[in-house]
Amino acid sequence: MYSEEIKTVADTLNTVVAKEESSAGWIMHHILDSSTLELPFITVQLPHLSLFGFDISITKHVVFMWIAFALLITTFYFVSKSYKKSFLPKGLSNIMELLIVFVRDEIAKPTIGKGYEKFLPYLLTVFFFILVSNFLGLLPYGATATSNISVTATLAVISFFVIQAGGIMKNGAFGYFKGLIPGGVPAWLLPIMFVVEILGLFTKPFALAIRLFANMTAGHIVIMALLGLIFILHTYFVAPVSVAFALFIYLLEILVALIQAYIFTMLSSLFIGMAVHQDH
Amino acid sequence: MMMAFISSLMMLFSGGESSGSLLDVNPGLIFWTVITFVLLLLILKKMAWKPILTSLNERENFIKESVERAETAKKEAEELLELNRQNLAKAEEEAQKVIAQGRDYAENLKSQIIEESKKEAKKLITDASLEIERKNVEAFNSLKGEVASIAVQAAEKILRSNLDKDRQEKIVNDFINDLSKN
Repeated sequence: MYSEEIKTVADTLNTVVAKEESSAGWIMHHILDSSTLELPFITVQLPHLSLFGFDISITKHVVFMWIAFALLITTFYFVSKSYKKSFLPKGLSNIMELLIVFVRDEIAKPTIGKGYEKFLPYLLTVFFFILVSNFLGLLPYGATATSNISVTATLAVISFFVIQAGGIMKNGAFGYFKGLIPGGVPAWLLPIMFVVEILGLFTKPFALAIRLFANMTAGHIVIMALLGLIFILHTYFVAPVSVAFALFIYLLEILVALIQAYIFTMLSSLFIGMAVHQDH
Repeated sequence: MMMAFISSLMMLFSGGESSGSLLDVNPGLIFWTVITFVLLLLILKKMAWKPILTSLNERENFIKESVERAETAKKEAEELLELNRQNLAKAEEEAQKVIAQGRDYAENLKSQIIEESKKEAKKLITDASLEIERKNVEAFNSLKGEVASIAVQAAEKILRSNLDKDRQEKIVNDFINDLSKN
């Protein structure tokens, strides 16, 4: 009985795949970058640009990064203006203050310690940029720039440079690379340790990039797959279950959007702290 | 059967391979990410983070200072209160002492006055009794003289009218009567 049903489902899937090859990629279409921007009722073709032979076309994810950029600039323009007006701002500024103080007191201060102020602008920017990008992906017609490996990898590389710059500025170039190897290691282990530690430097941003990318992609794929069941199976009976599960995953994604922004910032801050204070 | 299902699913998900995969790296996107992020960082740093963080710090310092000032003021007030209490206690003690001294003085004065007045009274009594004694003696002496002169006068009378016995008797009786009358 059970195997019969599986056979039916498999057959249905096979026919769907066979019948319309391009429609099989509709989940990927929602997640991958594209050169078209879908708006209600219209689809905008984005311009192709190139610079020194590189393709720097404006894509959907670039547009959503710019939306995040514009949102952040306008929001913080008003927030910082309200601080000039009064000592105790209200409303939006209060919410932003909550997040800023959270990044400062819960992320930067405990992980970096002394001299955390220098890294605060970077940490705040990365936190708010990732947060807004994550949330933009949850809106209808939205796209998650942070679910693109190119974007997360670039952010991670910027993080990598900030970490190394922080370490070198504090300890000096030679002192920093010397400090990578923990004290008390036998001399014959030094070459191996050096290679391992250098590798360790690169695995940190790699982990940052993959974590953010995978988390932001996974939720969307699950939602699409759950809703897709309705169309794949050609039945309304699965709809309540699909919608309920998709809604649950959607709510989970709101949480994940916050958590991933926090984790990216937290780990960047932690790595900066480790690079700056090498003795512990 | 199961394998067929899984392979169909795999086909479904890999169907979009032609339009790109999840792990495709797009140099244009990297370029725009760097530009966008660095611009955002610079603009927000200048426009938002600096003024907001400064104003947050200022506010926190203000609160800290206010609390510290309040703490100091409270401590000072407490010290002042303690000092006041001590002064009050001292004044109370002083007052008690003054009252006690006054009472002692008054007591002494009282007993002294009583003593003196007793002495005075005694002296007055002694003086009076002495005076009475003296007056008594004086009176007795003058009475003595009077009696002597009267006796002499009587004798003189008797001698003058020394005629008969009756007469004599009469004279003596008269005299005695006179005497008793006096």
